[in-house]
Amino acid sequence: MKSSVIVFPGSNCDRDVAVVLEKLQFKNSMIWHKETELPRSDLIVIPGGFSYGDYLRSGAVAAKSNILSEVIRAANKGALILGICNGFQILIECGLLKGALLRNSKLKFISKDILVKVLSNKNKFFNKYKDGEVLKLNIAHNEGNYFTDKKHLDELEDNNLIPLKYCDKKGNLNNECNPNGSINNIAGIFNKDKNILGMMPHPERMSDKFLTNEDGLGLFLSLMN
Amino acid sequence: MVITKDQINSHGLKVEEYKKIKELLGREANLLELGIFSAMWNEHCSYKSSKIHLKKLPTKNEIVIQGPGENAGVIDIGDDDAIVFKIESHNHPSFIEPYQGAATGVGGILRDVFTMGARPIALMNSIHFGSPDIKITQNLLNGVVSGIGGYGNSVGIPTVGGETKFNSTYNENILVNAMAIGHANKNKIFYSKAKGINKQVVYVGSKTGRDGIHGATMASSEFDDKSDEKKPTVQVGDPFTEKLLLEACLELMKDNSIISIQDMGAAGLTSSSVEMASKGKLGIELNLNKIPCRERNMTPYEMMLSESQERMLIILDDEKEKEAKKIFQKWDLDFVVIGKTTDSNSLVLNYDNKIVADIPISALSDKAPMYDRKWNKSKISKKKIKIKDIKKIRIEDALIKILSSPNHSNKNWITNQYDQVVMCDTVQKSGGDSAVIRIHNKNKAIAISVDSSANYCKADPKTGGKQIVCENWRNLISVGAKPLAITNCLNFGNPEKTNVMGEFVECVEGIKEACEFLNFPVVSGNVSFYNETNSKSIFPTPVIGGIGLLDNLNNIMSIKTKNPGNLIIVIGKTIGHLNQSAFLKENFSICEGPPPEVNFVNEKNNGLAVLKLIKEKIALSVHDISSGGMLVSLSEMSISSGLGLKIYKPKKMASALEYFFGEDQGRYLIEISKNNLNRIEKFMKQNKIFFEVVAEVQNDIFEMEKIFSLKINDLHNFNNQWYNNYNATN
Amino acid sequence: MKFSVTVTLKKDVLDPQGKVVGQTLKNMGVKNLNQIRQGKFFEIDLSEENSTKGKNQVKEMCEKLLANQIIEDFKIKITE
Repeated sequence: MKSSVIVFPGSNCDRDVAVVLEKLQFKNSMIWHKETELPRSDLIVIPGGFSYGDYLRSGAVAAKSNILSEVIRAANKGALILGICNGFQILIECGLLKGALLRNSKLKFISKDILVKVLSNKNKFFNKYKDGEVLKLNIAHNEGNYFTDKKHLDELEDNNLIPLKYCDKKGNLNNECNPNGSINNIAGIFNKDKNILGMMPHPERMSDKFLTNEDGLGLFLSLMN
Repeated sequence: MVITKDQINSHGLKVEEYKKIKELLGREANLLELGIFSAMWNEHCSYKSSKIHLKKLPTKNEIVIQGPGENAGVIDIGDDDAIVFKIESHNHPSFIEPYQGAATGVGGILRDVFTMGARPIALMNSIHFGSPDIKITQNLLNGVVSGIGGYGNSVGIPTVGGETKFNSTYNENILVNAMAIGHANKNKIFYSKAKGINKQVVYVGSKTGRDGIHGATMASSEFDDKSDEKKPTVQVGDPFTEKLLLEACLELMKDNSIISIQDMGAAGLTSSSVEMASKGKLGIELNLNKIPCRERNMTPYEMMLSESQERMLIILDDEKEKEAKKIFQKWDLDFVVIGKTTDSNSLVLNYDNKIVADIPISALSDKAPMYDRKWNKSKISKKKIKIKDIKKIRIEDALIKILSSPNHSNKNWITNQYDQVVMCDTVQKSGGDSAVIRIHNKNKAIAISVDSSANYCKADPKTGGKQIVCENWRNLISVGAKPLAITNCLNFGNPEKTNVMGEFVECVEGIKEACEFLNFPVVSGNVSFYNETNSKSIFPTPVIGGIGLLDNLNNIMSIKTKNPGNLIIVIGKTIGHLNQSAFLKENFSICEGPPPEVNFVNEKNNGLAVLKLIKEKIALSVHDISSGGMLVSLSEMSISSGLGLKIYKPKKMASALEYFFGEDQGRYLIEISKNNLNRIEKFMKQNKIFFEVVAEVQNDIFEMEKIFSLKINDLHNFNNQWYNNYNATN
Repeated sequence: MKFSVTVTLKKDVLDPQGKVVGQTLKNMGVKNLNQIRQGKFFEIDLSEENSTKGKNQVKEMCEKLLANQIIEDFKIKITE
């Protein structure tokens, strides 16, 4: 499989995700944001970090870069797009995903391990997981509080477009296990065609047994399926 | 023009010192030159009060590649890998503007590390606040923590731990010390020493603004008419530009175009250019019209003294300009040739086609004043507190009081604001004895710990100095690392006061003795004097940042107990030293008497024995005993794993408080399997090390037979409340 | 009585956000842009009829909370 990781000034999880992709034998290229052409890729990753320092709004400036119009074109042709953390914010700012990521409800940067439940595994991103499986992943963000209007929210819920929700050890969804105030405990969403995924937790940080666990590795393995 | 006494004073110089300046120049200085001298001769740049004492510290051994004097220290960890590290203070700016002060502190120390060719791999810090009960503390704590997080998170370097302490001695003078650790190829280290004449001097990074220009500008007559516009301004950190600068520098360093490179830190362009020239025994000539300025009408004085962040000075090899410029343009950073190296041995500044300053380099460096300040030996109280003299207290009540105190509470409230795992090499986060960071793509790691003991140092500076080095050594050992070297940040009061100078001299002496005995050299550091407000100096607070090596990651150790049925042993003799202990401080507000003694021989023997037990897989979990004593350490092990402990009743119940809360040094708690007890007995006998069995691991309950019994959950809650409650009362 | 308050970084204080936004607008083709400084805007509605009293009150709010006077300036305007 061929993958591309887009690098913006201020991206800082680009290497982390590339390490996992290369470990799984993806043919990966790092693409600098000023490029105007994107190599043909089955998977395009927009990594986490602080593109343009998170200034103005997280992801807003990166969404205006050259390479993003190429990413949008590839997405429309059906390429798989994965936006992690700041990547999720960029996907929203450029219109590939709908909604908004607001400041965390407690108004502080949060970095910690959290639990999420896989709610939809019949897609390219989660087919290696069991339905309802609880994963331990890591979050690190200032603005991860997902919000959208009622109509869109219903659309997401009704069409299985929310693959990840924050949960407790037993898989229950409640306020206590919602780290940032996201509506309906949403941790990640798809577009209608389920080829674009935006998620706040970092799967690449949970892909090395030696450091933590391998709960995030399944996502990359699913993509190879 | 003649420099007035007011101008001399407002530049922080003494009249005597200005006399020396005139001698060195052979004439009066102009205002710009006076500013340059004041920047180079101040305590921060010249180390004029501390130098003769710092010289005594051991700074070399077989693994030291670069000791103090460069941007950071460098040590060899084998396989061509080098670790570059340093700690630095940003105390005063953080008190004025906590967020920006702390943020720019982190930025500065990161630049010190990547200037040398290292990719930063971890950040640590040591932050000290006044009493939580005074109003400003909460604000300062919030600001400093968000500032540290805001900068490190954005640049993408994990902040993996440190220490946070509260003590009324810092009520009006907080301490913010930041440490950065980087990894480099040992054959690709970059230094600040200039080489060769007529080489291009290049300015890269952010533009120069009026940030942090010495308050002296205000007092100087030149600026009287427009004084409002010329107010010195607080430096604002821009972690985004820092990240670009980091990547651009590392990209340029892959090639061989850099002759020397220096971060523009305190005293910006002045100190960086002088330092490069001085180390290379060369001159340097700059054209100030070329400096990229953020504001209009900036004067040479402002350009030379600005402390704008995220800037570097580079001396490039011939014909490398084009390639180098391309890299910096790719990262949207300024890149301007502003001058060249010369054989004049002087700093020559041109502005509008005129020479505006011409100073011999040596006058600013080697010939800067150095003082052997008067000092007094500290009086050490011999008063011993006896347990029969204090009010009766139950063991469990005393324990809970300590565990729930600000200084011993769990610090998740802080560390959850720091990205601890970005870069995906964090093997052990904060919360253990040391943080552990893997060397990328390798099966080895470094351990990092930051420590201080202001109360001990105040009570007996020399013993305190010894103790922090030893405690740092123990923390590294406890995760299975071989301690290699340290960096230190020496935070003291006013050195012109003989008692403060005495504290400094004796602390340094203690550090020196410990480092020598343990073969634990000091490779970098920073001195911060004048930590005083209204003539009240802070307690002497030397902070030690140590690095250890785990050459095989499989030997990593943690404080987390593993299995019910296992035994906990304590290594090292428990005498029950309660003076200066957390037990007396938290329960009775008593802070008297001498700190615990340090015995180097035991310290070393015990430590090496623990390392051996870890390597041989006999130790299953390890925790050193420090502030709070044995019972606090035992409960920390329990809280960490969620497993309980059955603690054996001591033989003499009368001295149970001394036994469980004494802060005797050189001790470790180790979990072993029962089957290994005989083996341990033999091993300890052979190595002449004292040990005893103190507890057994069990499920859920933390108890002492017939004395007390606590649920682990409750213990955990006592330890986890303080920060949340404190910060909920906004 | 209604007031508007603008809080901006002091003139000589670095504004990293303004810098990045300005650069982006230039990249998007805004050729004649000199500088952008970013700030905060507050709308304040007070039950107070006396404009001097109200303005003083708003000023106090700025000094105590809305602006960090170490690095920020503020401007108050009466809007209604």
